[in-house]
Amino acid sequence: MKSEGFRQPFIAQGLYMTSPDLAQTIQEVRDKALEELQGLASEEELESWRILYLGRRGRLTSVLRSLGSLSQEERRVVGAQANQVKALLEESLAQAEGQVKESRIAGLAQEEQIDVTRPGRSVALGRFHPLTQILREICDAFVAMGFQIVEGPEVEWDHYNFELLNIPRDHPARDMWNTLWIDYRDEKGEQPMLLRTHTSPMQARTMERMKPPVRVIVPGKCYRYEATDATHEWHFYQVEGLAVDDGITFADLKGTLYEFARRIFGADRRVRFRCDYFPFVEPGVDMSIDCFACKGQGCRICQETGWIEILGAGMVHPKVLEGVGYDPSVYTGFAFGLGPERIAMLKYGIEDIRLFYSNDLRFLRQF
Amino acid sequence: MKIPLSWLKEFVDINIPAEELAHRLTMAGLEVGEVITIGGWENCYVGYVEKVERHPNADRLNLCTVSTGNGTQRVVCGAPNVAEGQKIAFARVGATLIDVHTGKSATLKAAKIRGVVSEGMVCSEKELGLGEDHDGILVLPEDAPLGMPLTDYMGDQVLDLEPTPNRSDWLSVLGVAYEVAALTGTKVHEPEVFYPEEGNPISSQARVFIRNPDLCPRYTASIIKGIAIGPSPRWLQERLQRSDVRPINNVVDVTNYVMLEYGQPLHAFDYETLLRSNIMVRRAYTGEVMETLDGVTRVLNSSHLVIADDRDARALGGVVGGIDSEITDKTTDVLLESASFDPTNNRQTAQAFHLRTEATIRFEKGLRPGLPAVALRRATQLIQQVAGGTVAKGIIDAYPGKKGDTSLLLTSERIKKVLGVEFPMDRPREVLTSLGFDCREEGPSALRVTAPYWRSDIAIEDDLVEEVARIIGYEAIPTTMLSTPIPANEPQTLRNFREEVRDLLVMEGLQEVISYSAVSLDMLKRARTADDDSSLLKVANPMSGDYQYMRPTLRASLLRTLASNLSHQADSVSLFEIGRVYLKREKDLPSEPETAAGLFYGPRSSEGWLGSGDRYDFYDAKGVVEALLRQVGVAGGFQPSDDPFFHPGKAASILANGSLVGILGEVHPLVQESFEIDGGSVVFFELNLEKVFEAVPQERRALKPLARYPSSIRDISILVDSSIPAARIQSVIENQPLVERVLLFDAYEGKGVPSGKSSLAYRLYFQAADRTLSSEEVNKSLAKVIGLLEREVGASLRGGEEVQG
Ligand SMILES: [Zn+2]
Repeated sequence: MKSEGFRQPFIAQGLYMTSPDLAQTIQEVRDKALEELQGLASEEELESWRILYLGRRGRLTSVLRSLGSLSQEERRVVGAQANQVKALLEESLAQAEGQVKESRIAGLAQEEQIDVTRPGRSVALGRFHPLTQILREICDAFVAMGFQIVEGPEVEWDHYNFELLNIPRDHPARDMWNTLWIDYRDEKGEQPMLLRTHTSPMQARTMERMKPPVRVIVPGKCYRYEATDATHEWHFYQVEGLAVDDGITFADLKGTLYEFARRIFGADRRVRFRCDYFPFVEPGVDMSIDCFACKGQGCRICQETGWIEILGAGMVHPKVLEGVGYDPSVYTGFAFGLGPERIAMLKYGIEDIRLFYSNDLRFLRQF
Repeated sequence: MKIPLSWLKEFVDINIPAEELAHRLTMAGLEVGEVITIGGWENCYVGYVEKVERHPNADRLNLCTVSTGNGTQRVVCGAPNVAEGQKIAFARVGATLIDVHTGKSATLKAAKIRGVVSEGMVCSEKELGLGEDHDGILVLPEDAPLGMPLTDYMGDQVLDLEPTPNRSDWLSVLGVAYEVAALTGTKVHEPEVFYPEEGNPISSQARVFIRNPDLCPRYTASIIKGIAIGPSPRWLQERLQRSDVRPINNVVDVTNYVMLEYGQPLHAFDYETLLRSNIMVRRAYTGEVMETLDGVTRVLNSSHLVIADDRDARALGGVVGGIDSEITDKTTDVLLESASFDPTNNRQTAQAFHLRTEATIRFEKGLRPGLPAVALRRATQLIQQVAGGTVAKGIIDAYPGKKGDTSLLLTSERIKKVLGVEFPMDRPREVLTSLGFDCREEGPSALRVTAPYWRSDIAIEDDLVEEVARIIGYEAIPTTMLSTPIPANEPQTLRNFREEVRDLLVMEGLQEVISYSAVSLDMLKRARTADDDSSLLKVANPMSGDYQYMRPTLRASLLRTLASNLSHQADSVSLFEIGRVYLKREKDLPSEPETAAGLFYGPRSSEGWLGSGDRYDFYDAKGVVEALLRQVGVAGGFQPSDDPFFHPGKAASILANGSLVGILGEVHPLVQESFEIDGGSVVFFELNLEKVFEAVPQERRALKPLARYPSSIRDISILVDSSIPAARIQSVIENQPLVERVLLFDAYEGKGVPSGKSSLAYRLYFQAADRTLSSEEVNKSLAKVIGLLEREVGASLRGGEEVQG
């Protein structure tokens, strides 16, 4: 403690001092104050110090008060000196206060230290189902190419699901779609209602509703009577695409789907188009991408072929156009259908399609 | 469909490896699933048995001297059928054969058998991996060239093809041969068909009457008499086997062979069994009965086409033969049928009897009527060749459905319009000609094209465009981006709204799930949603009972999801689904309203050292629904509900603009129990998004100016009857003009509060848009609120204070 000297009356002899004396006194006050400030370690001590030197009755204040006894010239000189000292003391005090606070909190850290390695308070995070994520990604890719998203009924008429798509009743091509039928008979005793086997009925519904140009994609659930295993589900999603206008060609089909593959699977993806058959297109196409797992060398994912089939497509069959009242000699177009589960499986390395609808939270929380 | 390459090579030259051929076929639309190799027998040769002697030390073993052209080997052989003078398959030491005991490959070593060194082996079919026969050695034809490596002599590659349903011709060697020719630039040479017709004229031996030309436009037949039924020669059997067809006898085998070769199914009748040698092609009589080849007695009706004699049905036309006219060991005379049948009727009949025969698989695709006569002659020739006999003069050719060949015009303009690329017309012409089409020029940029008799899939000009595109290869067509105008935007408001709700629920911390759209009646009963199936949309042929009904609500789906997760997930669960429900409508498709539902179960946050917090309750679900509705601009209302799915007294209907849009509450304990969910209550909500959407104001999110003056805050505490709903008190307070917002911040029943009463504490925010309210104004307004509360809901003031805001 260095505060004992404070109690001595300092300017008791008082009010009639000369200028050199006063300057001398200011100097002494400054030195003493700074010296005492050095050793102070608490906010309380600093406050006492402030009162002692800078308070209303403090030593420096008293000195300033006595300036009145000097001549104008002396007052100007000594006054400036006193104000300088005041500013210096105030600044030193502020600095000392800062240090004291800093070290007080640093001291607290000793007592109040927390274990930063304990786990944080849990936050319930919402997540989208992986199929929602992939569907949005797919839709975004096509929306960027001018396609609009439309949706349609999942419970459909045979008429839209098959007839208008050039798949008449008793046509062997119907075997390509094992159908789940709704238990409903019409007046003729026929069973015309079904769970759509693909999103393709929206081709006909969309074209019936609007005139060209048409450029839509149709995401939605589809159903097939199919035994389930790691790669087959009776309940699945599909994304249908359709572009019809005067002047749309097979070359456009290739370009559009190529661009899609690049957006979803990366810019260095190679694609392969081969001929395939779907009754509602002519010519028909099957598109594969080069296997990203083995870079085309052949592996388990691509069944050693280096290629992975990802979608079916083709030029809209003239009969389909005729069926909805479009003139096939004027309008052409392409259609495609792809399976988002398959794309998600490829992207995320999911090996069992049944995981999508089992809703195991341990699965869903990984996305 | 499996086709041995050796067979294909009879029809077309193949100048590329099988794998390359498989690739080209696949790219052109005929997928080759696999190329199966037969052979690869190293150190195996065609051998000749020079001498057979008894083994000196074993009665059942022989010592054979086998020559392979250069030198002889002595081998020990246990086969009973080995004989001098046979050509056999000989394996030298070092050959890899199937060990008949283990079924695995093993290398042949020199061995001493009962004291005699055996320098090789005379092989059985099984040891060569050709079949199961191990009763004796494989005896080769006498003309097998001595010393030839066995693989060169009898090895093969088999294409396992997966033809698309439109191409009946890809179910034949002929059709695939034309494909190969077009893809590799070679030519097809069909076999020459010639045979002596030394019997009596066929017209004196049989007559054909077609009663229903619509179902059978053409019927051709030949007769071969005096044949000897027996096994087919080895080459014929081998080809059938490699194509997965079981050899039966020489006549039946030929019909199958020609079916594989030309794609035309044929049927052989035992001529003797046909009453009065008449063939009647007619619809069956109702109730007519016939036993088919599979031994099943079929009861027929007039929708079925039969091939009958003067009295009885003898075959189900184009589907399966009858047992009474079957070719047997005793058959000596054969009437061979090769006909055209209506594909639709054929398919219907086959499906009605669940008979998916090789014949139907082809007829249902619509075979061209040009095919039967070609196939008939080929089969007649082969029967005569392998079974002997005398062929009657001429064939029967009843062809009432005859139509001229239709041709199609193919223009370069159409090719350009569809493919987006222009060719000089010689390229399409070359492609089509190589596929067997007949092309004639019509001007410089058009062709008049006629499809060959084996192609039944060509109906329109674009079919020809596809032929051109797939043979030149899709990679030869350019890749361009769409250049046509983008259609005018049609806002998809409901869809956008649904996606916004999905975003909001995820933001509120819920995990999205997607479940099957169908449920069982039992599940719906457990969820107290349906008592019977009268109002449900039923699937006629469901995958299983678990998915027999299209779901009318998401309740069962979500409870099931929760239950299935509880075994490994006892922690905090909050999840939601957005999906359709299916509401049956009379004589129409169901309505499929988009529905959002969610549930909460367990502690509000995951358990941990910080504690897990309280368990989810009613107000968690309500808070989520409220936040959702607020965010989309809908003022929701809540009224007690007595829906039996929920805990009595803990459920609310959700209203928007006065109409019901959803429901929420704590799930009824017994419902929970029936889903095997224990360990605390489940809170559930369900919203019909289409109805919520109707309540969304058209002009949303017009900015309200931010308050420019401070608000004043007062807290009051009141005592009211517990029967008064908080919503009523809220609306009394809110209706005061200066009250900008009101918040229930405490509610208490119990000690210190009279029974039947609730103590409620509200915080009121007073605000005016144009000035700072004076304390006097605020107090006056507050006094009014208190007065109203006393009068309208019988509240009594317990206390009130100013809050520094
Ligand atoms: Zn791979």
